[in-house]
Amino acid sequence: MATATTYGARDHARAQEGTRTEAMPVVPAADWPEPPCEAGHLVWAETVAGGNYTHRVLARGTELRLTDLRGDACAHLLLYAADRPWERLNVADTVKVQWNAYLGEGQLLLSDQGRVLATVVADSSGRHDALCGTSTLVRNTKRYGDGTPQSASPAGRELFKLAAAKNGLEPRDLPPSLSFFQGVEVREDGALDFTGSAGPGGSVTLRTEQDVTVLIANVPHPADPRPDYVSTPLEVLAWRAAPTAPGDPLWDATPEGRRAFLNTAEFLTARGLA
Amino acid sequence: MTSVVPAKALVPVKAVVPARAAWSSVVRAGETLTITDLHGNQAVDFLVYDAHDTSVRYSAPDTVHAQGGIFLTTGSVLMSNEHTPLMTVVADDVGRHDTVGGACSKESNTLRYGHHTWSQHACVDNFLAEGARYGLGKRDLVSNINWYMNVPVEKDGTLGIVDGISAPGLSLTLRAECDVLVLVSNCPQINNPCNGFEPTAVEMTIGAAG
Repeated sequence: MATATTYGARDHARAQEGTRTEAMPVVPAADWPEPPCEAGHLVWAETVAGGNYTHRVLARGTELRLTDLRGDACAHLLLYAADRPWERLNVADTVKVQWNAYLGEGQLLLSDQGRVLATVVADSSGRHDALCGTSTLVRNTKRYGDGTPQSASPAGRELFKLAAAKNGLEPRDLPPSLSFFQGVEVREDGALDFTGSAGPGGSVTLRTEQDVTVLIANVPHPADPRPDYVSTPLEVLAWRAAPTAPGDPLWDATPEGRRAFLNTAEFLTARGLA
Repeated sequence: MTSVVPAKALVPVKAVVPARAAWSSVVRAGETLTITDLHGNQAVDFLVYDAHDTSVRYSAPDTVHAQGGIFLTTGSVLMSNEHTPLMTVVADDVGRHDTVGGACSKESNTLRYGHHTWSQHACVDNFLAEGARYGLGKRDLVSNINWYMNVPVEKDGTLGIVDGISAPGLSLTLRAECDVLVLVSNCPQINNPCNGFEPTAVEMTIGAAG
């Protein structure tokens, strides 16, 4: 197609609509081929390429399913209260308050304000990590030769900086992150064992308990010992559902969790949001 | 970029930080900071920033994965969020310290113990008050170090603060790898064993570059 004129260039650009690639958002999300819910309830459907990132603001009561399609995705995740990003994921509180260093089904992802941002409602992977955070420019440059976002081996923190900037946030708004689909275990002496992936098809479903801003970087885990930068696509689907309510087994699963849900409900009620 | 380096060189200092109090100082590259647990079993919550750019600050996860383990002791390098060294533990009488449990806050205390703890003192308030003197705010608080605090992880992932392994007079020494700002909250916690349920004073000594 001739692109020497504005008319030709316009036609050339417009002819690209409808192109399908493996890693891309599907808009509207309702066009996703096999929805995990009523098709009209999907609000986000995307496949994130290895070494890439995405971000979205999700309403309270949304379920967010992350799937490791080929076994080498690693979903590095940060959460903020939407429109009040000074309330954000606190990894230390998440593990300390719940007396558990490992992430899995039933775990609450706690903010630094004694409230719940999201809960883990399903997990078929069991290989996750709350201790090692994400990769950095310095480390990826040393390991892979480069860590800049446009390189073949982008660092998680560099991608988080971009996702944060698109939500009006700065590098100092990036606290320690969680990572899903690449596991780490702690030995008795405190040393870490990298357990890697559970294989293709593992998924984790989060339920948002407040309106949240979600930042996701899909990059290799920093403890991944392989010399090559191995990062495969991550599927992200989100749909309208309901937040955790009294009577749900999760609400009363632990005394610490019950108080976190109560604090969240008090806050939302006072704001006129629930 | 926020710099907090004072115009004049600092003279070596020795300061006793009372129970529950906050403390801070710039420590210049090569200088040492010795923290002494005067009465034993006192948790010392600790954050460290690059004094020339406070957006570069302590990263618990970078430190953990750089050293391949969760406990800090002699040889541990305190890494920044940009994976650069801020300080190194050059001496340690105790053997291990925590960097997973983070700081106590009024908010997290309501989850850990109940809402009756809301009016008690907490480390996050110390960090906010002391950090404000340098223009640091809530966005600048991240997962920290708890010197002298004992947080083991069981095989099934169960983690928690248990009785300390420190004793009166034990100390540790950090060497600054660049000019750093150190914020300390001498933990006021009275609900768990990190202070033996009774906070006590600690001592800070800044030594000249060796």
